[in-house]
Amino acid sequence: MPNLRFTEKALSDWMRSDAADSEIVISSRVRIARNLQHVPFPMLASNEQSEEVLNKLSEVLQYDDVHAFGDFHTLDLIDIDDLDKRVLVEKHLISPSLANESRNGAVILSEDESVSIMINEEDHLRIQCLYPGFQVKEAWEKASAIDDAFEAHVDYAFDDRRGYLTSCPTNVGTGVRASVMMHLPALVMTQQIGRILTAVSQVGLTVRGIYGEGSEAMGNLFQISNQITLGQTEQEVIENLHGVVLQMIGHERTARERLITDSRLRITDRVMRSYGILSHAAVVDSKEAAQRLSDVRLGVDLGLLDGLSITVMNELNVMTQPGFLQKTFGEDMRTDERDIYRAQLIRDTINAAKQS
Amino acid sequence: MLCQECNKRPATLHFTKIVNGEKTEFHICESCAREKGEMIPGTAGGFSIHNLLSGLLDFDPAGKSGSAGTPPAKALQCEECGMTYSQFSKIGRFGCSSCYKYFDSRLDPLFKRVHGSTSHVGKVPARAGGRIKVKRQIADLKRELQESITQEEFEEAAQIRDQIRELEKGIAQE
Repeated sequence: MPNLRFTEKALSDWMRSDAADSEIVISSRVRIARNLQHVPFPMLASNEQSEEVLNKLSEVLQYDDVHAFGDFHTLDLIDIDDLDKRVLVEKHLISPSLANESRNGAVILSEDESVSIMINEEDHLRIQCLYPGFQVKEAWEKASAIDDAFEAHVDYAFDDRRGYLTSCPTNVGTGVRASVMMHLPALVMTQQIGRILTAVSQVGLTVRGIYGEGSEAMGNLFQISNQITLGQTEQEVIENLHGVVLQMIGHERTARERLITDSRLRITDRVMRSYGILSHAAVVDSKEAAQRLSDVRLGVDLGLLDGLSITVMNELNVMTQPGFLQKTFGEDMRTDERDIYRAQLIRDTINAAKQS
Repeated sequence: MLCQECNKRPATLHFTKIVNGEKTEFHICESCAREKGEMIPGTAGGFSIHNLLSGLLDFDPAGKSGSAGTPPAKALQCEECGMTYSQFSKIGRFGCSSCYKYFDSRLDPLFKRVHGSTSHVGKVPARAGGRIKVKRQIADLKRELQESITQEEFEEAAQIRDQIRELEKGIAQE
């Protein structure tokens, strides 16, 4: 029986803490891709081979040095129904491709959900650490330590010249993808975002929508990550990302200050209108929800709204996703029905938060 | 219908994007489409990295001109997993770690384009790592040696040379 604890609540335990720069940086994530020696990559592995990989990597968990990172729970993807898989994707605990395409795929989750280890995704092993706020260095250190612990028990595919060998040529070398999710409403409103994102892409970083490759930037959320994995050390990659994000935080703060000094009335009006709509509307589609939640989040950060916390806003961002809505209201619903339930959920959550 | 971006020109491009059963429609004009190129789903932004890579991989001037020396790309095959180079160039993914060895003659230009570099300088697995670290040390020393020769600091050069010999002996003995 799969452990459903991980899909029953919207927020991972870690999200409830106050983290550094969390009014702008929502979360920091580091993922390390690794493969075992002498076994074809998951895409080509036979059923027996991928099962062997799963067994081998699950066994590693029993060793004390890995166990030292906390209690882990292994979920075999085959035991999880589609809706729960979708919820795990919405919580960023597994990737869409692990949910949809993997054979003998599994995810190993730490108790607080900050560590998620995917098995038989595109690579045999993907170690992911997801931290709240701006903690990309901490996330890297933890992921790297877990990587060391695994490496003490299994042989990785590694080459002197190319580094860690991965299924996709875009991950070869360090196998490290570090990313930071940022909420940048003031840079969008003051129309500086385009210029900044162009500059970011010129220093080997890339910007995506929040659900990864191909998705749009919804609700002023941007994911900044490194593009290069070969020819730079992990420290250089992390430092580079850290430095750029730090600058972007500075720009966003300046833009927010300017908005509040130059156009306090306008910004207050915008926040309050969005707040009014979210606390009273009967139908809200996902695009509108993302935009209004972004406005309200900004209002909370700027101190224009009482009673709501960033934690509640984080929770709403996850809970208004399609998988979670269906999980909450227990129905296989059409898009238009979903918009009604979404509105209800937002109304109830906001009102409950206000009264508590 | 007017373009939803500029609200001025008529919309000539219509997209429907369906993600997790959620349908979103886009109606924009060509000039906004060009400007926002990356944002339009189904084109650049919605394009998978593997599609993009296979574009880079198909580029094979040596194979086409049949120049001597390197084997034509199309004939390359990984003896471990059976993947051919042309399969690799279609899907943009390696079949196993040995593909890196069998396709090696073709990989430098690809890595150069994707990463701007062809060699790993980062973390090394601890258990297999000792030998690799020494190799890197030797490479660093060789650069220093060259430097001191250029600067005509021959005494220092001799010292570095001895250090290199010592390290190389250590590796050979393993």
